[in-house]
Amino acid sequence: MRWPPAALSSAEAASGTDGSAVLLEGIELRKSFGPTLALDGAGLRLRAGEVVAVMGPSGSGKSTLLHCLAGILRPDSGRVTYRGTELTGLPDSSLSRLRRTEFGFVFQFGQLVPELTCLENVALPLRLAGVRRKDAENRATEWLARVEVGDVAGKRPGETSGGQEQRVAVARALVSGPKVVFADEPTGALDSLNGERVMRLLVDASKETNVGVLLVTHEPRVAAYSDREVVVRDGISREVELAG
Amino acid sequence: MSIGHTLLGLLEAGPRHGYDLKRAYDERFGHDKPLHYGQVYSTLSRLLRDGLVEVDGVETGDGPDRKRYAITSIGVTDVEGWLATPEKPEPYLQNTLYAKVVLAMLSGRRAEMVLDTQRAAHLRVMRQLTHRKSKGDLADQLICDHALFHLEADLRWLELTASRLGQLAEEVRA
Repeated sequence: MRWPPAALSSAEAASGTDGSAVLLEGIELRKSFGPTLALDGAGLRLRAGEVVAVMGPSGSGKSTLLHCLAGILRPDSGRVTYRGTELTGLPDSSLSRLRRTEFGFVFQFGQLVPELTCLENVALPLRLAGVRRKDAENRATEWLARVEVGDVAGKRPGETSGGQEQRVAVARALVSGPKVVFADEPTGALDSLNGERVMRLLVDASKETNVGVLLVTHEPRVAAYSDREVVVRDGISREVELAG
Repeated sequence: MSIGHTLLGLLEAGPRHGYDLKRAYDERFGHDKPLHYGQVYSTLSRLLRDGLVEVDGVETGDGPDRKRYAITSIGVTDVEGWLATPEKPEPYLQNTLYAKVVLAMLSGRRAEMVLDTQRAAHLRVMRQLTHRKSKGDLADQLICDHALFHLEADLRWLELTASRLGQLAEEVRA
């Protein structure tokens, strides 16, 4: 069992045991919603270019863990560090900027702005970061082509299929060059073939750009795209390391 | 399924005669396939030879002598190792997994560990298949998909079992 890990020296924490940089780490996270304890000391570690699946039954706390690590929720106790900086004490404005510039998000559905075209949706994070319209749209066009949906650029999300919409969401998550992508059940609303296509594109693009991906899923075939898995049950995370 | 390990696991609760062991095995794991007496005694002889069980006492009566068997410390270590080792991911291994989960509960060990270790072993094979699929032609992809769907079915059963461990523990200990 690798969790909970032994205390790390600062040098180890910065480089990770396999030499690649630790991007994001949650340690001993606790979070309650009223009387319900959602996280009870959970944690995990994500390195650059690594895809980690977070698995567990419904209500186990896996989405709460993702939201705490992404700075969307503040844990009641425990620490979240991103590239060595502790997030838990940062003001909302700093967390918001971090999410906009360093993190990308892909959810199960309902994440694209319905009034905007797919091209405008993908360009949106860049526009919010102050990139000029022309440049933002050029990069959005490149990313739509990269995830094989260049043909839906001018369509609104409601005019595309579920599989196309998720690929547009992947393009939007990656367009601003994030270091970490948080994907919460990204294929949950798709059939097998479209789900696999989305996963293949997400994983390939992330590996090429050295992005760490935190993938929350209850589907084993989706988790099989990850490099390793962390299981969350009753708010506690656990990682099994097999011999051989 | 390993009959030897299962009998050892049952002996962890306390010494038993061969006849009692057969009854305990059949009651918990032998619904479709009860053990033959010959299997029980040949297995116990082997366990005795290997030092995994010892004779705890002999009762004499009208019939043949009845030996009572107890697990040794080497036997406990052997069960421990068996429970901690995932089964090779392949279809229809739920009998063995079910036995491991029940025996872990009976002996006060954490049954989730058995399931988590097995999930990790399954996912490792599924990753290899997914990687192979991404490099292969359509025929290769379809063959990999067949294996992936079977392994996924196992994992879904594992998840369902994991979510019912509390209920199962109550029934096992009843």
